[in-house]
Amino acid sequence: MDVLMLSRLQFAAATMFHFIFVPLTLGLSILVAIMETRYVSTGDETYKRMAKFWGKLFLINFALGVVTGITLEFQFGTNWSRYSAYVGDIFGSLLAIEATVAFFLESTFIAVWVFGWDRLSPKMHCFAIWIVAIASNLSGLWILLANGFMQNPVGYVMRNGRAELDNFFDVITNTTGLLQFMHMIPAAIMLAGFFIMGISAWHLLRKNEEAFFTRSFKIGMGAALIFSVLVAAGGHIHGNNTALMQPAKLAAMESHWETQTNAPMYLLQMPSLTEDGNMIQALPIPGLLSFLAFNDVNAEVTGLNDIPEQDRPPVLLTFLSFRLMVGLGTLFPLVAGLAFLFRNRLDKFPLLRFLPWMIPLPYIAIFAGWTVTEVGRQPWIVQGLMRTSDAVSPLATSQVVFSFVMLSLIYALLGAVDIFLMMKYARKGPE
Amino acid sequence: MTLETIWFLLWGVLWAIYFVLDGFDLGMGTLLPFIAKNETEKRTIYNAAGPFWDGNEVWLITAGGVTFAAFPAAYAALFSGMYTALFLLLFALILRGVSFEFRSKVDNDSWRKVWDTCHFLGSFLPALLLGVAFANIFRGIPLDAQGVNQEGLLQLLNPYGLFGGVLFVVMFTMHGAIWLAIKSGGDLHERAKAVAIKTWPVAVVGTVLFLAYTSIETMLFNNYMKNPLLFLVLLGAVLGLISVRPALGSGKMWRAWTSSAVFIAGVTLFGVIGLFPALLPSNLNPAWSMTIYNSASSPLTLKIMLGVALVMVPIVLAYQAWVYRTFSHKITQEDLDYKEAY
Repeated sequence: MDVLMLSRLQFAAATMFHFIFVPLTLGLSILVAIMETRYVSTGDETYKRMAKFWGKLFLINFALGVVTGITLEFQFGTNWSRYSAYVGDIFGSLLAIEATVAFFLESTFIAVWVFGWDRLSPKMHCFAIWIVAIASNLSGLWILLANGFMQNPVGYVMRNGRAELDNFFDVITNTTGLLQFMHMIPAAIMLAGFFIMGISAWHLLRKNEEAFFTRSFKIGMGAALIFSVLVAAGGHIHGNNTALMQPAKLAAMESHWETQTNAPMYLLQMPSLTEDGNMIQALPIPGLLSFLAFNDVNAEVTGLNDIPEQDRPPVLLTFLSFRLMVGLGTLFPLVAGLAFLFRNRLDKFPLLRFLPWMIPLPYIAIFAGWTVTEVGRQPWIVQGLMRTSDAVSPLATSQVVFSFVMLSLIYALLGAVDIFLMMKYARKGPE
Repeated sequence: MTLETIWFLLWGVLWAIYFVLDGFDLGMGTLLPFIAKNETEKRTIYNAAGPFWDGNEVWLITAGGVTFAAFPAAYAALFSGMYTALFLLLFALILRGVSFEFRSKVDNDSWRKVWDTCHFLGSFLPALLLGVAFANIFRGIPLDAQGVNQEGLLQLLNPYGLFGGVLFVVMFTMHGAIWLAIKSGGDLHERAKAVAIKTWPVAVVGTVLFLAYTSIETMLFNNYMKNPLLFLVLLGAVLGLISVRPALGSGKMWRAWTSSAVFIAGVTLFGVIGLFPALLPSNLNPAWSMTIYNSASSPLTLKIMLGVALVMVPIVLAYQAWVYRTFSHKITQEDLDYKEAY
């Protein structure tokens, strides 16, 4: 394997591992902050115990999120140095701003929250978790603006052989980045909702602390219900934007080959393994693809045949990931809605037994979504501006083999420890 | 002063803040296996860094991020050029970070031993590697005309680089011992103080030798010869180091810590100023060096980033100072019994 492929695999591994922890951090921080706010405003000790119990799981998760995040910032320089030099003017500044305005707050105040239960007034302590929640999500905004630049470069001019900043306002109001944010944050809160519902269901089935876990369940359910709908809505608008800005990605998501107006969507469809058309294509619904992409049944949708072969993303992976994400995305509001109907007689809720097993599903959906976003952008590292193959550092293969093997080993071990601790403390229940 | 120069100084200042702040918790981690005699003392060390280390480490992220934003070409050359060393640094920092969170989560001696080892390696290695990296930058790295550096890990471990690494370990150990003396009481306090007192002459001799070696091995002193006023920075570092000792002798720990902070910041800035206008001097051909002129971002980026930095850095320093004040008390048994403690 060459340096390019190894670097891509290493970056994918590092990003995906980091991203096991990020969504729960974003979502759970908000839900814990809400629990603690209720404690401060009502004085009800149950809410304090809730903030502590879910907060403990939050912290175990948070620790790995932070330490694996550092790797990502460094990897742009270590493995993608040509990319870093080429777009550092814009991309680097977004990362630096993220660190100064968000990451500092998050990392400083998380410690205040952990060590401050007895040292700060309840209000000040509650304030600390809100800072953490807001800063984490703000951090996500800057990162997604940076990613948005890779999907849809704006606000730059080509000068001195690189992309230089031309309009900062355009960069921070980049529609693509903002829409990713509007899709990602609800997904994170929904995931936290299912996480809470799953663990609460496990305890409710065992009749542990029923009052505590019924209340927790309802908070998780509310979050899952509201935000699973918002994820879908955000996803639709995000898809419209993709159709406009990244037609090749959209065509790969749908395995859509012929450019046509009134483009149909096929209920049964499967790209060929050689990525040169569809193996199966049956049961068309006329105009549906045009409608979903452009909100107009007669709109023209570009097909892959009209995109030069060297500019096409991998079709099969993009297509399957997209199907997986949408399929799961449909399931979530249904499950949350059903839970809502049974909210006052949870012991009769038929899905209660399955909820603990459903915790991985939102994770899988989010991973599938990011696969669509990132694989669908290939072969570009910055859409239309720089190819991934031109971005990689001039390294010796042995160096990348060493880092990749070590990284995989350490991450695998830490992942196992983390899951073990999460399960241990989730089962233990509140103190 | 040009925008590039301002950014160069800010770049140096960010590294100095990082070394001062993370320096003491890396130093305490390095001391952990040697100074802690029992479980209570070990936990005291973890909790002495507890509320601070995470916020401290963000200064590294920021220093890295600012290199990326303000001098992208230098960031690209440095991080890809020192590839293996940087990954070792990352792995070490990852293991240290999780050791805080994981160590006390399972009540089992061998479990704790694993994380204590990770904590030690994750503290000692970064101190050593950062010193090696900076000494090599001072010395110059083999950058070619394309800004590519084909230096492996072994070439970084040259005598001058290693000397820099050892000096960093000594500086951080002394700094960490003083912090531990501030945060602990009783027996541990006395031992931490004794370690600081014993490390001090090593730091003095090490610094003198390092400066002498630097004058032979690097071009750093050229800028000082051209403008002798700059020697004030070096004088500050030396005075900082000297005043550590009397403060330790009279038991004024906060004064000792501040002096040691001035020393560490002074050593960092001494090196950075010596580099000017290069961020990464090439030892193959000075014309191939990464300087603030050929590696800087566009003026617009530098201006916007300067605005962000001028507003945000003081705010960050202010709330971090508040956190330091809130948690500056000595670690007591009550703190260790606190459920959320490490």
